[in-house]
Amino acid sequence: MRRARLAAVVFASAIVAAGRARAQVIEPPVVEARRVPIIVASKPFGESYLLAEMLAQLLESHGMVVDRRMGLGQTEIAMQALRSGAIDVYPEYTGTGLLAVLHDSLTDSLASDPRRVFAHVAREFASRYGVRWLPPLGFQNSYAIAVRRETAARYHLRTLSDLARESGHLVAGFTPDFIGRPDGLAGLARVYGVHPRAVRPLAPAVKYQALASGAVDVIDGYSTDGLLSKYDLVTLADDKHFFPPYEAAAVVGTRMTRERPEAIAALTMLSGVLDESRMRVLNRRIEVDGEDVKRVAADALRDIGLAGGMSAGARTAGSARNPGSLSTKGSLSRYLWERRAAIWTLVLQHLLLVALALGAAIIVAVPLALALERARSAAEPTIGALGVLETIPSIALLAFMIPLFGIGVKPALVALWIYALYPIARSAYSGVRDADPSAVEAAEALGMTPRQRLLQVRLPLAAPVIMAGIRTAAVITVGAATLAAFIGAGGLGEPIVAGLALADTNMILSGALPAAVLALVVDGALALVERAVAPAHTRHTASR
Amino acid sequence: MVRRYGDVLALDRVSLDVAAGQSVALVGESGSGKTTLLRCFNRLVEPTSGMISVGGSNVGDRPSVELRRMIGYVPQDGGLMPHWRILRNVALVPTLLGIPDARAVAIDVLALVGLPAERFGDRFPHELSGGQRQRAALARALAARPGVVLMDEPFGALDAITRSDLQAAFDALRHELSFTMLMVTHDLAEAARLADELVVMRAGRIEQQGTIDRLASSPATPYVGTLLERALAASAPLRGLA
Repeated sequence: MRRARLAAVVFASAIVAAGRARAQVIEPPVVEARRVPIIVASKPFGESYLLAEMLAQLLESHGMVVDRRMGLGQTEIAMQALRSGAIDVYPEYTGTGLLAVLHDSLTDSLASDPRRVFAHVAREFASRYGVRWLPPLGFQNSYAIAVRRETAARYHLRTLSDLARESGHLVAGFTPDFIGRPDGLAGLARVYGVHPRAVRPLAPAVKYQALASGAVDVIDGYSTDGLLSKYDLVTLADDKHFFPPYEAAAVVGTRMTRERPEAIAALTMLSGVLDESRMRVLNRRIEVDGEDVKRVAADALRDIGLAGGMSAGARTAGSARNPGSLSTKGSLSRYLWERRAAIWTLVLQHLLLVALALGAAIIVAVPLALALERARSAAEPTIGALGVLETIPSIALLAFMIPLFGIGVKPALVALWIYALYPIARSAYSGVRDADPSAVEAAEALGMTPRQRLLQVRLPLAAPVIMAGIRTAAVITVGAATLAAFIGAGGLGEPIVAGLALADTNMILSGALPAAVLALVVDGALALVERAVAPAHTRHTASR
Repeated sequence: MVRRYGDVLALDRVSLDVAAGQSVALVGESGSGKTTLLRCFNRLVEPTSGMISVGGSNVGDRPSVELRRMIGYVPQDGGLMPHWRILRNVALVPTLLGIPDARAVAIDVLALVGLPAERFGDRFPHELSGGQRQRAALARALAARPGVVLMDEPFGALDAITRSDLQAAFDALRHELSFTMLMVTHDLAEAARLADELVVMRAGRIEQQGTIDRLASSPATPYVGTLLERALAASAPLRGLA
């Protein structure tokens, strides 16, 4: 039910437009349909992981092969991935579909009736996007605006109308998502007149702790969050029925609808069998007790009689794809040691992403800089344009790539490549332009050809400056590549995204620490390269 | 010959003859066009109109790269490749010309300028003194035994003693190798010492061409007269001391 806000909003319309323009992908004939993996995805928060894992295990228990793409962030990215066929199914909420995807305004009759909202959303998604909503799973996960019990007592807060009356005294900690979306803060202000003294944007993973510690007074919770009960919070009633119904359901892409009726049938078995109290218990096991998502999902399926525990597929599916496995709240060092194989796989994935993006950037940016050096009037505008690309927030740039390249490694590579272009082009241009002018002039005056001057004089003299740019680009790329997990590209961002979603610090660190070490190692390795390509006279001095 | 930069006339109907084997110094203040004129000879600057012929053929008709390999060049600060050792620097033009034993040629010419290759050949330019670097630059210009050598303030950045040593060394070399030399300098004493004739330039024009004695005895313009007077006045007290 969340929605990537950030600058992705800016590109949402572009994504939709490009998505429409995209031609239908023609699938090669499938010899045995059952062996083609069904790609199950989630958005980056605990309940979405859990529901997606239940969908995946349900399919596996029916003998189908599943590929997991967990933690796609967030609504625009997951929905675009579904529409482009990059994923087959993920859990979504009707209210989010209504407001964040369709951008349909609420009428009173719609707002009050979950069945009518579902019917409207299902009809519109089918006709506009070819996306199918399976029947709802049976529970709603609405916004639950929450305060501490003592705050509620002091200000006599029971409803959102009460909150509006006292909001001038209170500091709000809302997710960026909630601050931005029409059914979030803007709507609360319009309908109830809620105007907090201050609004602090908070990551979902920390908002409960921030509320409990008194750093903020009111947060946007979710009605099925396990943490609501842990911290003894009071949720305020939506007395003006502002929030639409948020019924959870599996949404399914065109290809699966057309070609995999057996998968649709399997998933539909989950319709109507989950309720809010069960979801609160399950979410609590994940968010509060730190239990493994796969185990909780397997238990839930067994309890409702849909699958006999964890299937073979679920057990053997690459743990690198789902960092939720083996989750314990033990010591960090033990956690890292137990997961060393998976982390190593992620490190290699990460390194491959960085190496390919950086290599491609060098191949393009260095010749570009050399060309610009010969056409100097075009240099500043061109390099300046690359610099503007550099200022696009990573997550927005990644979102922008999806309509063009789908999800996974390809769009991530393109985005990282774009980020690496600027520092390399800038340094290569300056380096070649400013390389020892009198040596360069003498080279010309003594009859070296332009090519000889470039290869034997200007590039060698510019090498240290160019390498400095490449090192900058490499460190930026190692960092930015952690965000590639939001579009399913793997790498060390995967445990970071999952850990943020599941409020699991160890899991976050199991991605963040290796990423930091990797940045140092890559920079160090490039320092050695820099020494190797440095002009002979500087090396000579250094060795003395 | 004319060279125009936008509205600015850097060279204004300049005409100059240099006999083979002669050495000529272009003198004048900054912006007088002397460096621009020098750089026309190896096509670092192309004239807007007019032509330059060297040895009877128009330089504009020859590929610039080929032309430059036949003409020595010494810039003010040497312009040695900082990342090349001295021997490689000096062997540059012979190597470009495809001379079979470019290294041997470079070793010879290094000996001529007083930098024996066994001591200096393996060093990088920054490991040499300023005077040694200029000697190396001179060796590089002379390595392929060009018929014409162009020098742009070749000894301008050196201290007086080093400068004097180098001028003496250069003078000896010129008589030994006999090449036509064109140099830019703002130092009249240097011009008088190294050049057979002086060319006084001002605002893109040639004021007068002739020996230093001729310029002193019969200046063609008041400017030439003032220039010579000042130069003689500046050196007079020193002469008195000697």
